[in-house]
Amino acid sequence: MEIQPLIKMANQIGQFFEAWPDPAQARSEIANHLQRFWEPRMRRAIVAHVEQGGEGLALPVRDAVKLLAERQAGH
Amino acid sequence: MNHPDPQARLQPAATVAPITFHRSPDLGTPARESDTLVTLSIDGNEVTVPAGTSLMRAAGLAGCSVPKLCATDSLEPFGSCRLCLVEIDGRRGYPASCTTPAEAGMVVRTQSPRLAELRRGVMELYISDHPLDCLTCAANGDCELQDMAGVVGLREVRYGMTGNDNHFDAEHAAAPDTSNPYFTYDPAKCIVCNRCVRACEETQGTFALTISGRGFESRVTAGAGESFLGSECVSCGACVQACPTATLTEKTVIEQGQAEKSVVTTCAYCGVGCAFEAEVKGNEVVRMVPYKDGQANRGHSCVKGRFAWGYATHPDRIKSPMIRASIDEPWREVSWEEAISHAASEFRRIQAEHGRGAVGGLTSSRCTNEETYLVQKLIRAGFGNNNVDTCARVCHSPTGYGLGQTYGTSAGTQTFDSVQYADVVMVIGANPTDGHPVFGSRLKRRLRQGAKLIVIDPRAIDLVRSPHIAAAHHLKLRPGTNVAVINALAHVIVTEGLVDEAFVAERCDAESFAMWRAFVADPANSPEALEATTGVPVAELRGAARLYATGRSDGTAADLANRRPNGAIYYGLGVTEHSQGSTMVMGIANLAMATGNIGREGVGVNPLRGQNNVQGSCDMGSFPHELPGYRHVSDPLTRALFGEAWGVDIDPEPGLRITNMLEAALDGSFKGLYCQGEDIVQSDPNTQHVEAALREMECVVVQDIFLNETAKFAHVLLPGASFLEKDGTFTNAERRISRVRKVMPPLAGKADWEVTVDLARALGYPMDYAHPSEIMDEIARLTPTFAGVSYERLEELGSIQWPCNAAQPEGTPTMHVAGFVRGKGRFMPTRYVATEEKVNARYPLILTTGRILSQYNVGAQTRRTPNNLWHAEDRLEIHPQDAEERGIHDGDWVGISSRAGETVLRATLTGRVQPGVVYTTFHFPESGANVITTDNSDWATNCPEYKVTAVQVVPVSKPSEWQARFQRFTRRQEDHLRAASADGKVEV
Ligand code: SF4
Ligand code: SF4
Ligand code: SF4
Ligand code: FES
Repeated sequence: MEIQPLIKMANQIGQFFEAWPDPAQARSEIANHLQRFWEPRMRRAIVAHVEQGGEGLALPVRDAVKLLAERQAGH
Repeated sequence: MNHPDPQARLQPAATVAPITFHRSPDLGTPARESDTLVTLSIDGNEVTVPAGTSLMRAAGLAGCSVPKLCATDSLEPFGSCRLCLVEIDGRRGYPASCTTPAEAGMVVRTQSPRLAELRRGVMELYISDHPLDCLTCAANGDCELQDMAGVVGLREVRYGMTGNDNHFDAEHAAAPDTSNPYFTYDPAKCIVCNRCVRACEETQGTFALTISGRGFESRVTAGAGESFLGSECVSCGACVQACPTATLTEKTVIEQGQAEKSVVTTCAYCGVGCAFEAEVKGNEVVRMVPYKDGQANRGHSCVKGRFAWGYATHPDRIKSPMIRASIDEPWREVSWEEAISHAASEFRRIQAEHGRGAVGGLTSSRCTNEETYLVQKLIRAGFGNNNVDTCARVCHSPTGYGLGQTYGTSAGTQTFDSVQYADVVMVIGANPTDGHPVFGSRLKRRLRQGAKLIVIDPRAIDLVRSPHIAAAHHLKLRPGTNVAVINALAHVIVTEGLVDEAFVAERCDAESFAMWRAFVADPANSPEALEATTGVPVAELRGAARLYATGRSDGTAADLANRRPNGAIYYGLGVTEHSQGSTMVMGIANLAMATGNIGREGVGVNPLRGQNNVQGSCDMGSFPHELPGYRHVSDPLTRALFGEAWGVDIDPEPGLRITNMLEAALDGSFKGLYCQGEDIVQSDPNTQHVEAALREMECVVVQDIFLNETAKFAHVLLPGASFLEKDGTFTNAERRISRVRKVMPPLAGKADWEVTVDLARALGYPMDYAHPSEIMDEIARLTPTFAGVSYERLEELGSIQWPCNAAQPEGTPTMHVAGFVRGKGRFMPTRYVATEEKVNARYPLILTTGRILSQYNVGAQTRRTPNNLWHAEDRLEIHPQDAEERGIHDGDWVGISSRAGETVLRATLTGRVQPGVVYTTFHFPESGANVITTDNSDWATNCPEYKVTAVQVVPVSKPSEWQARFQRFTRRQEDHLRAASADGKVEV
């Protein structure tokens, strides 16, 4: 899938959870959101993008996507 | 469900008896609420009523009816006709029963020889000034004057009829006013009872009518002596409804005569969900009368539901299924079987070639709950994926997310009736008098009684200043800064000690509250710090926060010692259709919790839903991540429940949202769409993008009543049925489930639910329903919040507000009374993030969008009615200052360009919009309002940011390139459609 719209969406999600004082919790919330609302091909695309460096993604979002990838691998 | 005899199934045991609707009797004056009860005797019957009740109403309740003309129980008594006289022991004279309150111990007589004589005298005077053409009058048999003449036994009329003591003969009569497209005013028949004037004031709140002149010269005048159409009249029909004679009469009744029967059903326009009696003659609707006992509308209506139903039989209706191989080919009319089997085989082919996830579907908020449920079932069970979405995506999906996160359920918390107990009403990003007119009238009534109003809107909506109403605060914020405003309001409430600590401690999650309190208390969220961002003056903002929390704009914590006012929030798409739509919904939810404004009448958080069944379509599992009842597809228990009932394994992964489907189409991984009753080409943002995606698809199946914009990109066109042609239910913004009842057979032979059943069967997934009631039974079995809902119960109760289950067998008018659905209310920090859609030198203005009373949404229905008389084109509202800078005059054609595209509209210069902001509606496809809106969307739900687009506006002399293309394409598609009907008709 076209990656730019996904990057934008993921960053927007990240911005919402920036208000959380605890970064670990914020990271987990972002990963949850992606897990619950993104269709698998979108998640695969964003995970692949992060694996290639994750350009354009805010740092906490990159971390959250990694967490998402780990969770999925753990399944 | 497997009943052998289909006829028997059509009428399950409980509904075998023919349904008769008992309109409750007219008790003459409105009910009163009082803790004090008084007992009196009327004609020897003892009756107990709340103090303040009129004798007329008490008599009605005691079973004795008093003749009346100027009184009706939807209006305050007026006491002008003197027909309702009674005798009271110990009192002199003959008081009017409509204006005399009942008192304890009174002994009242409604009938006596003297009363009969007096009443005959009154009637004689009335009739002497009334034409005696009853036999040819449109109201013959439906006229209170005629009834009363009969009741009082009038046998002769000694004066009038000629000369100067009447107002109706050829010499004296004023000409009828037929300017309104839907009703006429014939002054010759007017008895000057003032009911219409009072209806316009009390019921509708428009104050368009007055009685001018005296004696025989008295007549009803609209506006300042204008015609009805030329006046401020909004054609709600309340005056027509109230008129006891034929003076104000529907033109359809004059043309078609009176109906033979009536069927109670629900309006298919907005989310108020008004109940109507559809009066029919054969299969033809004669008129729609707002149902007096309708629990959402209490007998009121607006111009759309009341009058604009003619589209149902418009010649543009699609009456035969059609197919074509490509969108550049003419349509071919085919049989239902061929169309359905073609669609099914295409979907299966695409899935075989491109994978199970390459197809999906859209449900519609205009279809019934049962139909929506079936479409998502077809997708989840028949297609085997979760690629289902709905038009609520583009309007209220943030409501679902935001209220779900904070309160645990995706719905408004109150009934509409609740507003009559509100002390302070905050209206955010909604325009109730246009978008939700019947609720708007209720709200206005409450405001006239003294409730305070706060409006948060970039534009001066009508409510800000209308007859006898003025907003205490209008926070005229910059579009896109909602969240900054709600944070500033919260900041004031938290830092000035206005939090309802007891409520929060008892009802809310402490940890989340502490996090939120620290967040909003941050000086960065103060009104002072945010003034430059929002454009809202500090004093206004602080005043509004104090008013909402304390009931006084200068209120302090000390004012809360005795009583907290009831603060109610109503909001609309001006909240949701932003990149921070979900954040704003949570901000609103936070504010209501922090002030304890949840869980009783008069308070709450109330999303005003745009379309009739937005609530229902969301409830029915139309979103790709959740099954009916808002249960996530990843939840194994829910999946198992549905999987077992449906005999399939349900995909545990969320499916594609509409925006993602379009992306995936452009990407080549999504190829087939089943679209029921939706028009994404017109209603979704960035039209070019939507069109490009649809062009990439191999099978687009559109089911609709007209060749809508999306159908122009379709390969299979399945005729839809209007709400008059089917049975089902709609769920309004109050969570109220109401019946939709068939009043005529489907024009194309099938109701929409039957088409979905056929398509499922052709896909190899048989569904077995003989009547929508069976679909509702399945919904109730599988959805705990609907457990107690059935057609049988709906007949008994009239309508039901979910949740309805063993604990709440009659439904739930007010939510979260004892606790939140999720347990403890959860506060969410709501950081303000400016939208990416920023103004700059190239696009210096902000465009925001909205709707108007007479047109509905994409306009497919209302544009095909005389409602166009009020609004025949979308216009761009621009502030005179911005217009002058650009050399634009009122009525000029202007080009509006954004980063996404360009369109041309005519300009209206108005101070309603602030400098820097322009505004338009989106009811006409050729306006291409969505050609300019961008694909920015809400972070949580992808609800498009319709409310903020940076644009430039310049004077132009010709349509935009897009419009020229649109016109060419439309002409071609219309030719393709004509070719189909010319091609020999297939009988259905
Ligand atoms: S139609 Fe409605 S707005 Fe118009 S005059 Fe009658 S009551 Fe007033
Ligand atoms: S128009 Fe009808 S309601 Fe109005 S004053 Fe005349 S008779 Fe009464
Ligand atoms: S459009 Fe809305 S307010 Fe108007 S009649 Fe229909 S449901 Fe009622
Ligand atoms: S009905 Fe009481 S005065 Fe007219």
